Amino acid sequence: MYALVDGNNFYVSCERVFRPSLDGRPVVVLSNNDGCAIARSNEAKALGIKMGAPWFQIRHMEETEGLVALSANFTLYGDMSDRMMSVAAGLGPVQEVYSIDESFIGLQGVRGDLTKRSRAMRERIDRWVGIPCGVGIGQTKTLAKLANYIAKTAERKPGSYPDELAQVCNLTTLPAQDLDDVLAATLVEEVWGVGRKISAQLHEGGIHTVLDLVRMDPATIRRRWSVVLERTVRELQGMQCIDLDDAPAPKKEIACTRSFGQAITELPPLVEAVSDFASRAAEKLRKQGSLASQLLVFAHTSPFRPGPRFNRSIVVPLRRPTADTGKLVWAAAVGMRRMYEPGYKMANAGVMLLDLVPGSVLQGELDLEEEDQRDRTKLMVALDTLNGRYGKGTVHSASTGGTNKGKDWGMKQERRTPNYTTKWEDVPVARA
Amino acid sequence: MYSVLDSPLPVPFDEAVEALALPMCGVSVRAGFPSPADDFVVERLDIMQLLVKHPQATYFWRVRGDSMQDAGIEDGSIIVVDRAVRPKHGSIVVALIDGECTVKYLYQRAGRMKLRAANPTYPDIIPRDSQTVLVWGVVRGCVKLFATS
Repeated sequence: MYALVDGNNFYVSCERVFRPSLDGRPVVVLSNNDGCAIARSNEAKALGIKMGAPWFQIRHMEETEGLVALSANFTLYGDMSDRMMSVAAGLGPVQEVYSIDESFIGLQGVRGDLTKRSRAMRERIDRWVGIPCGVGIGQTKTLAKLANYIAKTAERKPGSYPDELAQVCNLTTLPAQDLDDVLAATLVEEVWGVGRKISAQLHEGGIHTVLDLVRMDPATIRRRWSVVLERTVRELQGMQCIDLDDAPAPKKEIACTRSFGQAITELPPLVEAVSDFASRAAEKLRKQGSLASQLLVFAHTSPFRPGPRFNRSIVVPLRRPTADTGKLVWAAAVGMRRMYEPGYKMANAGVMLLDLVPGSVLQGELDLEEEDQRDRTKLMVALDTLNGRYGKGTVHSASTGGTNKGKDWGMKQERRTPNYTTKWEDVPVARA
Repeated sequence: MYSVLDSPLPVPFDEAVEALALPMCGVSVRAGFPSPADDFVVERLDIMQLLVKHPQATYFWRVRGDSMQDAGIEDGSIIVVDRAVRPKHGSIVVALIDGECTVKYLYQRAGRMKLRAANPTYPDIIPRDSQTVLVWGVVRGCVKLFATS
C-alpha cells in the first residue's frame, strides 16, 4: 500500500509561508524568464488562468483582479521541499521522492488507522513547514496518485467529491459502492500515465471515466493499446505492477536518488555514488528511447542531524544529447567535484537527467567542428526550446543563478522573492 | 542552486587527483602508542544543537524595532522561530495581524488574548472583533553579534 504526499500549488505555497499577506489573493509563479505561469494559487485557478499561460496574456489581471506574479525562486523551493519531504518521511518505512513537491511513501507494516495517521502527518507538514498538502492512499502507486488527485480536487472544488475525501483520500477503506461512485466521477485523463493522446482514444472507444477503465479486460487493453496501458489498468484494479523507485519516468526528467546508509564526507565515495546513479539513470533513459541534454547532480546533508548544512545542486550541460552511460557518468562526476566542499556529512545525493529528447532526432555527425562554438549555440537553442515548451520544473534550475552573467537569459527575474531560508541577508523581517 | 553553464564542456575528469585523495579518518596506521584520546572521540559542541530542536520547522527571522528589548530581543537581532512548538500563555511569538508579522509576548488568560510588548512605551495589541491573530511560530532563541573590531 502506498501514500502519495503532494504539496498544494507548491511554489505558491512556499512563497506564502513568508508573505502571509498573499493568503486569499490570486498568485502565480512565473517561469524563469518571467515567461509563463508555472504555479497558480486556487484563486488564480478560479480566475481561469491556465497552467503555462503566458504572462503577457494574464498581465492585465494585476490591475483588474489584484493578481500577484512572482518569479520562480528555486533556491527557496528546494529548501522547502527538503523540509516537507523529511517530515513526510515519517509516514512510513520507505520514501521515494518523485519530484520537487511529491513523494511516495510505502506503507508496508504500518499499523493503525492510516487515514488518521495521514491526517496527522498532513497537519504536521502544514504547521511545521507551512505547506498545505494532499495525501492519497491506494493499494498501488497509480491508485495512490489517483487518490491524491481526488483529495486535492475535493478540497478545491467542494461538491466534486464527498467532503470527507478532501485533503486525505484513502481509497482502500471506501465501501465498494462509494469507490465506484468516486471512480465514475473521475475522467480517464486524470490517471497517472494516461496521456492526452491515449485519453482521446479511450474517449473515442467509449471509455470515459476511471470506472469504465477499471472494468476493462487488461488483455483487450494490451491488444488495442499497449502493455504500458495494460499495466496502468492492472494497477487501477489493485494489482501492484510499479514498485517504489520503479515509476514510469516523468516525461521531462529522469531521476535517480538515494539516501546513504551512512553519511559520506569524502569526495571519492560521493563521486562513486553519483556515477552509479548516473549509470542507472542512463539505463532508464535508454529504455524509453530518449537522450539527455543536461545532467543535474545534487547532494544534501541530513535535515535530521545537527552539524553544518550542505544543500547544493549543479547542472552540467552535455555537449550533445546523449544516452551514453560513459558520458553521463563523466558529467555527474564533474558536477560533484565542482560543488564538493569538505566538512559536510552528506546523507543524500542524486542525479537527474534533464531536457530529454527522443533518440530518433539525433543527427549523425563528425567530431570535427570547433567545440566551443557548436556547444554555445546548441545550449542556447536547448534552453530556449525548453522554456518555450515545458515551462515547469527543474529544467529551469539550469539558468537560475547562472554564473554566465545573463546576456540572454540570466537576469529576467524582476519579481523574485528573497532567499528567505538560505541567505542571512534575506531572512524575513518581523517588527518588534 | 549552482550552474556551470559558463563552461559548456565538462572538464576532463582528472584521475590523478582522484588517486591522490587520501581518506582522513581516525583509523590511520601509526607507530608507537595509540593516542589515549582515541577512546574519547566526541563531536565538538555545536551552537545549532542549542538553537534548533526541530530543523524542518525552524526558520530564522530578523527583528526590526525595540518593542521587545526588555526580553533581550533588540533591533537587528536574529530570532530562531520554531513552528513545531505549540504557543501558550507567556510564549514569545511571531504573530500575524493584518498580514503583518510582529514579535510579542502571547497573553492568553480567561478567554482573552492579546499581544504584549517587552517595553513599557508600547501598548498591548488587543485584536478587534474584525481582526484575527495567527501565531506563525514560537521564538525559541535570539542571536546577537557584537562588534569585534
